[in-house]
Amino acid sequence: MTTRWFGARVQRVEDDRLLRGRGHFTDDIDEGALESCMVRSPYAHARITSIDVSAARALPGVKAVYVADDLPFGHTDLPILIPHPNLTHGRTQRCLASEVVRYAGEAVVFVVAESRYIAEDAADLVQVEYESLPVVITPEVAAAADHLVHDDVPGNVAAEMLQEVGDVKSALAAATHRKRLRLRFERGAACPMEGRAVWARWSETEHRLTVYDSTQSPTSIRGGLAVLFGLPESDVEVIAPDVGGGFGPKIMLFYPDELLVPFAAMQLGRPVKWTEDRQEHFTATNQERGQVHEVDVGFDDDGRVLALDDDFIHDGGAYTPYGIILPIISAAQVPGPYRVPNYRVRFRDMYTNAIPTSPYRGAGRPHACFVMERTLDAIAAELGLDRVEVRRRNLIATNQFPYEVGVVWQDGNQVIYDSGNYPALVERALEMLGPRPEGDHIGMGLSPYVEGTGVGPYEGAHVQVLVSGKVVAFTGIPNQGQAHATVWAQIVADQLGVEVSDVEVSSGDTRRFKWGVGTFASRSAIMAGNAMAVAAGMVAEKAKHIAAEHLEADPADLELAGGSVRVKGSPDRGIPLAAVAVLSNPMRYAFGGGTEAATQFAAKPRPGSPLPEGEQPGLEATGYFSPVGSAWAAGCHAAYVRVDPKTYRLEILKYVVVHDCGRLINPLVVEGQIEGGVAQGIGGAFYERLAYDSDGQLRNASFMEFLMPYATEIPKIEIDHIETPSPLNPLGIKGAGEAGVIPVGAVLAAAIEEALGVAITEMPLSPLKLYELFTSPPRGEVAPLA
Amino acid sequence: MRVNGTVHPAPADPRRLLSDHLRHDLGLTGTHVGCEHGVCGCCTILLDGAPVRSCLMLAVQAEGHEVTTIEGLAAAGAPLHPVQQAFHECHGLQCGFCTPGFVMSVVGLLGQHPNPTTEQVDEGISGNLCRCTGYASIRRAVHRAAELSNK
Repeated sequence: MTTRWFGARVQRVEDDRLLRGRGHFTDDIDEGALESCMVRSPYAHARITSIDVSAARALPGVKAVYVADDLPFGHTDLPILIPHPNLTHGRTQRCLASEVVRYAGEAVVFVVAESRYIAEDAADLVQVEYESLPVVITPEVAAAADHLVHDDVPGNVAAEMLQEVGDVKSALAAATHRKRLRLRFERGAACPMEGRAVWARWSETEHRLTVYDSTQSPTSIRGGLAVLFGLPESDVEVIAPDVGGGFGPKIMLFYPDELLVPFAAMQLGRPVKWTEDRQEHFTATNQERGQVHEVDVGFDDDGRVLALDDDFIHDGGAYTPYGIILPIISAAQVPGPYRVPNYRVRFRDMYTNAIPTSPYRGAGRPHACFVMERTLDAIAAELGLDRVEVRRRNLIATNQFPYEVGVVWQDGNQVIYDSGNYPALVERALEMLGPRPEGDHIGMGLSPYVEGTGVGPYEGAHVQVLVSGKVVAFTGIPNQGQAHATVWAQIVADQLGVEVSDVEVSSGDTRRFKWGVGTFASRSAIMAGNAMAVAAGMVAEKAKHIAAEHLEADPADLELAGGSVRVKGSPDRGIPLAAVAVLSNPMRYAFGGGTEAATQFAAKPRPGSPLPEGEQPGLEATGYFSPVGSAWAAGCHAAYVRVDPKTYRLEILKYVVVHDCGRLINPLVVEGQIEGGVAQGIGGAFYERLAYDSDGQLRNASFMEFLMPYATEIPKIEIDHIETPSPLNPLGIKGAGEAGVIPVGAVLAAAIEEALGVAITEMPLSPLKLYELFTSPPRGEVAPLA
Repeated sequence: MRVNGTVHPAPADPRRLLSDHLRHDLGLTGTHVGCEHGVCGCCTILLDGAPVRSCLMLAVQAEGHEVTTIEGLAAAGAPLHPVQQAFHECHGLQCGFCTPGFVMSVVGLLGQHPNPTTEQVDEGISGNLCRCTGYASIRRAVHRAAELSNK
């Protein structure tokens, strides 16, 4: 394989239709679909005493109004996606609540009508009476357990897990210095620009359910729908068409609408569509990041960490459909790029009366990184040492790989860092950051980080060379903007010696590729990328084998280049790939496109049967990739900021990123991922705050009040790469999707702490929060820097 | 109203949003809806040449006006409009959902400021949210679009 395309800044092939407004998003699909909406609970915790839908049903244009009793699965708990032995009190919601609602936004009634306008009118006519119950909001309130979210879950604890490496108690007792910190991270919201949406059609004549879903995992949706409706999987097709951003919450399944829409389509004999509105995204789409950590760290005079004890509570929300993956990731990622010889981590996953939590870009990592970096800054402050120097002294050295952390990873295996060069990341970031700008109220923050990427179990790909010489490539995982059509084409084009423009990629469509897991956890480049390489490699071998016969050459002497299979060193002796595709399919009837060359009187007669045993027709192959473990990407961010001492406005003077995601397939795409991640991190650190009140009402459920950054808030981000290939996959790739967001909170906290001289122990910040901290700083926590 | 040069009757339902009318009655689904309260800018179109939020207008209010949507910038098969071309060259889009709104805003911006300063670019796109790119590539695309438009 040549690497003509791999590593090149190839411009995206998917842009043209998106730029012309000819993308294909779920809500763009109409085909006479009925439209629908939900009636959602206005209470965060309440008992439903009555539901009256008669007026709604009577409204002209209304086709159906469903309550739980109308559904065959109405009283079935939705599945727990990732069961875990420590999830002793897992609870999931039902499609439509009929007894108790446990978050404001929980679906109660589903209305289907001729139009969304009529459906919403009908929803207004639905009468639901509630008896309010005490609300448990924030993980601290949950831990106090004065009230319960679920009557049968004592202490509101869904799960508890304790892990220990070394002997933390003894090491803490023996440490010269010791510091305790309480660090708090609030919930955030992913807010892809396209909300969630589902469109479904049931064809009675074809006995086939077709579902378009703005999901990160169409293959899993398909499996679940087949089980729910008792259909063979071959009768269910799920397509994630263009998906307008995912960032995690679209990996969750099932949201009620993902079952209700197909169900209604089957019942009503018409396509049905549901499209989330922005308020619903804030009140009914999963969130993440709420955690409170109590850290006890022991260290020596040089600032070396000797022992770390982290006891944290995780805001699980009202239900635990996603299991306990988030706190498992946090627990695994707290030590980050540092040696922590004695580490104990306990978490409790707490029920609260808020939307369930599941991964949001970063998934447990930004908070973990914040905890460790705040701890190191506190150590530096305590000892009067340079903050960067403290990091240098604790970083894992380059000769320590593979490095075993000693705790469990989200795939059930142990956390083992496969490769990396953490000191180089820090030094390069410092170099790029340059001298401190002149002026007052300026602070510097720096944070290296690691990220476990490319979690298994597997992905697959199918690659076919058509008789035209064009190549089609399919994978099961969908694309939400990561340029899959471009990067897979680069990988396939290298294997087959063709142009990127010759390769057309389709993804996230179970009709074309039915196996796979999903796009999440910075895994698609590693998983589907390597699967593409495997499949295309198999096609290349097959092409050589067929061409060898035609050229009367040894397959080992052949290469694929310039759209042909040719003899190495004799480029004139070759056969176009298109012709090889024709020959791969011995035929009786030509159907044009040059296929006459493979008919019985045209082709050179082959000894024996035309299709020898073990061979399959077609120049195509299906390949899979399944890694033994995660590839650990890493990086370092650093920034200078200025905080206005009067308005507390934040100005990011310089922001630099050094990133190591192994071998880069396409730097243009990776840099876009980083820039977007940093922007999301800045939003989450300083602008976006989900303002829940004590009644569990989200007081800012709109873009008017939840302040996502515009261009005016995001500085220029300077990026450099180092490449430490992963030994765990043939292409040497590590994931890049989430890296940009992980250390931003830690970096800005450190920089703002220095700029203002107040201890920063929580996220998110805001001008108001800084004012409050400045006027009444918390006591007994991180000492302000000198 | 005239949409991309073709005259269409106003919808019968007076409360039909212009965004819904364009998308679901006229099939011009390139105009996207990201918030329905006028903040995200995904639904930006040109009304008599000026960028407006089509989710904040009733379709009947567009009666007698000239509406241009993303589909109206370059005919199918024709080369991309300079602003579209610049977004492509500068990796100014990822998922592509906010893109039509940005492109329409930038067309409006360059109509006003053919050679925008850095501040004018930030200001010009400060009514559009993007969750994917972090805006850096979009800023580059606006400057590139100005170059391409002035050629």
